[in-house]
Amino acid sequence: MRMDESIPIKRVAFYFNSEVCSGCKTCQIACKDKNNLGKGIHWRRVYEITAGYWEKDGDAWRPNILAYNISMACNHCENPICMHACPTKAIAKEENGIVTIDPDKCIGCKYCAWTCPYSALQFDEASGLMTKCDMCHDYVAEGKRPSCVDACPTRALDFGEYDELVAKYGETEHLHPLPDQKVTRPSMLIRPHKDALKELNNTAKISNLEEIKDESDA
Amino acid sequence: MKRRKFIKYNAVISGGALAGGALLPELMANEEVLKVAQDHAAAEKMVRVGCPAHNCGGRCLLKVFVREGVIVKIETDDRPGDSVADPQLRACLRGRAYRHRQYHADRLKYPMKRVGKRGDGKFERISWDEATDLMAENLRRIKEKYGNESIYVPYGTGSYNQINGRSTASRLVNLMGGALGYYNSYSWACISKATPYVFGTNISGNQRQDWVNAKYILMWGWNPSEMRDGTNSEFFVKKARESGAKVVCIDPRMTLSAVGLADEWIPIRPGTDVALMSAMAYVMITKDLYDKDFVARCCIGFDASQMPPGYEKEESYKDYILGTHDGEPKTPAWAEKITSIPRDTIIRIAREYATTKPGVLYQGYGMQRRAYGEQPVRGGCVLAAITGNVGVSGGWASGLALQAKDGGPLWTVFPSLSNPVKARIPTFLWTEAVTRGTELTEKEGLTGTDRLKNNIKLIWAVASNAIINQHGNVNRTAEIMQDESLVEFFAVQDNFITPTAKFADLLLPACTQFETWGVEDGWKYGDEVILMPKIVDPPWETKSDYRICADIAGKLGLEDAYTEGKTEKEWVAQFIETFRQARFPEIPELHKFEKTNQGVYSVPVKKPAVAFEEFRKAPSKHPLPTPSGKVEIFSPRLFDMNNPSEIPAIPKYITEWESPFGEESQQFPLQVIGPHYMPRVHSTHDNVDWLSEAFPQRVFINPLDAEQRGVKNGEKVKVFNKRGTVVLACRLTNRILPGVVAIPQGAWWEPNEQGEDEGGCVNTLTSERWTPLAFGNAQHTIMAQMERYENG
Repeated sequence: MRMDESIPIKRVAFYFNSEVCSGCKTCQIACKDKNNLGKGIHWRRVYEITAGYWEKDGDAWRPNILAYNISMACNHCENPICMHACPTKAIAKEENGIVTIDPDKCIGCKYCAWTCPYSALQFDEASGLMTKCDMCHDYVAEGKRPSCVDACPTRALDFGEYDELVAKYGETEHLHPLPDQKVTRPSMLIRPHKDALKELNNTAKISNLEEIKDESDA
Repeated sequence: MKRRKFIKYNAVISGGALAGGALLPELMANEEVLKVAQDHAAAEKMVRVGCPAHNCGGRCLLKVFVREGVIVKIETDDRPGDSVADPQLRACLRGRAYRHRQYHADRLKYPMKRVGKRGDGKFERISWDEATDLMAENLRRIKEKYGNESIYVPYGTGSYNQINGRSTASRLVNLMGGALGYYNSYSWACISKATPYVFGTNISGNQRQDWVNAKYILMWGWNPSEMRDGTNSEFFVKKARESGAKVVCIDPRMTLSAVGLADEWIPIRPGTDVALMSAMAYVMITKDLYDKDFVARCCIGFDASQMPPGYEKEESYKDYILGTHDGEPKTPAWAEKITSIPRDTIIRIAREYATTKPGVLYQGYGMQRRAYGEQPVRGGCVLAAITGNVGVSGGWASGLALQAKDGGPLWTVFPSLSNPVKARIPTFLWTEAVTRGTELTEKEGLTGTDRLKNNIKLIWAVASNAIINQHGNVNRTAEIMQDESLVEFFAVQDNFITPTAKFADLLLPACTQFETWGVEDGWKYGDEVILMPKIVDPPWETKSDYRICADIAGKLGLEDAYTEGKTEKEWVAQFIETFRQARFPEIPELHKFEKTNQGVYSVPVKKPAVAFEEFRKAPSKHPLPTPSGKVEIFSPRLFDMNNPSEIPAIPKYITEWESPFGEESQQFPLQVIGPHYMPRVHSTHDNVDWLSEAFPQRVFINPLDAEQRGVKNGEKVKVFNKRGTVVLACRLTNRILPGVVAIPQGAWWEPNEQGEDEGGCVNTLTSERWTPLAFGNAQHTIMAQMERYENG
């Protein structure tokens, strides 16, 4: 909860370099281990995005295929519509920008999950409550980075103040098939994979839903 | 006080593994939980430890958090700096998910003996005293009745640090007179055999940091993101790209590496790599793009002008490429028919590799686990040579590429002692040694003796699922192992009841690598030593591999000889000295090393070594260890084997014994490949829920092949050939060449009542047939058919 209204809300954010992401999901598992997440709950998850077709050319095959990955947690949006949707005011944006759920107030009604365009909010059958990425706020308070960020074998993830990340990596353009950032103003920057810049990307779809299985995706 | 601890322990449990469904309470009885809790201080401690080694290509560093004797969290290397010279050894998802292997409810907890028919998987609990008696008695009985040659400790890499796994059992059998030996591996049979025919050595790799000097990298059937061919290999390729290298991936699948590391993916039909290599050579020769100076100075057998004495009239490499003898020029059009790669793409890639220098042609190992797996190994080496990429920074000689200058990590430091039995078989031929060992000759790779006196009669598999699950043709192997008149006694020592363990007469429960001492020093690559302190106690009645072997040695009157009075930790202290003498003169002694809790001792690689650098500069002064002293494009040694159709003296494309071009393709039109899979190390981790959720076992099918068969995404299909049937869910993906399906290797075999495998084990379809030169496994050479599964 915000303690002091006079302190401006900072904006911590994730950076994700899709170009070098293999889709290995070490970030996802590091998150699950840190937060003890059971089956079906993926505070961070990796979407495989693909499009394309094969052309037969005589004896040869010509692939016209694109594929890339998007690793995504909660984007701790500037306009957290999950927070607005919550009937019990269980969701709050903290001073540093981290969006949190108060388990004492959450009633597990899933309204937040229906509004979040990123499937960040996930229902935990065991507790009957909504859960999501808290950006490892215990680590952040100690000056450390979130678990997923320091896990990546190709160093595709980064974390920091939004403006500093923009200065370091540049602004992120809207990319199909992600939702338009204007709606929630996510605190996340993505360097697109080269395949995401191809015209074919307009037909791209998430192709690994069976690996994600969280309710809002099902 | 007691009550407080108990409550705290419960807090650990609910904060810990409860998310997996109250996991811990299922694992340990309450008394045991209490005992563990009481034995440990209440404070959380963090220990830096090597990630348990299971024969992935990585050796990584973990930070393991332990509270009251229970691992509660795992992080990875966070050393500051993280430079190319000395990068963090970041663990992948397999290491990060380790708690769900460590605290798995199915851990093998007690010694057990078989009560049902062999292979039924029915066991009853016995005491350690009875178990070690049984093991010792059978070792003694088989040795007396059939001789030491009939005892076999097979290949297995399920526990693979320097004081765990099979080497502990080897030491004991060697002390009691030895056992039938083996050579080769399931990983590298062809590449380790064929590389020295070209270069005279397997040390053909620069240190990997040198990749940042490359301008062009061909990842040829190489998928470092998934198989982790050295911790940080993918990081170094990324850095090479950042420095301007173009990276091209040649692979039947658009692999994780193709997506995360490459600028371009070129799909190739499995088993046709040498056709592509030959056509690339055709372009280089006819367009005058090869390195004439290097070829003239450093090679033999390239063309008629440099054939070795006595072989002047034989077919040179250039003769083969231009079709001088066989009338078949190896043109891009010729290769297009075979590889399915468009000829214009072949020409472009040949030009790029020949002119964008220096360049790396990195050979993955999948293409050498095939029918004529020796050929692409030599073919890749020849391309590296004729483009002049051998012996230069930023280049790469190809081949097995153990790292210059010393060959890299030591592999086995634990003194398993020399084997008094000199007879050895190729590791892939162990079923032959079981069924007809006494008939084997040198033609089937038997060495050290003309004939074996007996077949294999006792198998002791330590950390090995290669008897059943990982060997070719599971149904055949299972039948062999079920026959108690063949192998009379079969003991399995492991963490779980694997498909192999289901066939055991005796089960010996080993603890995990977190529960005993160990040490590791890289896999194929690495310039570091990683400590593996014991961080939690072995649960139930599990013991370390070393302790189990020592106890059995005790029953044989060999305990003192076996242990030399040393604990696991004392051996590790000794190995630190071995590392100091061999590779790391500055490494601290164990007690100092341990005290720092740094976990790793690394030597930054600021000036990476380049293989064959001196040879390239002065080939006559620094000759290669080949008979000619040069790069042998034509090998007189292979020519003299007099088997040109299967072992040609120059690398050739040979149509495989099961292929889309043979009659068998009428009935079985699909090529099946069994790639390494992100969630597993071979068959290890197959039972870890976090991992199988992230990457379920499936068969990957091109939508065009699925459509022809009326198969929809996610449906159950059966994939079958004459050797067996696998039933599993499918994933339709455009990321695989039409005509090829992939069943990731290592899933646990699970036959249903009809004998169909519902576990998704690719070896249900593979063959036991071996390659001609290396006697290696050709497990990726499979044809099969697929249809919707209607019985489901």
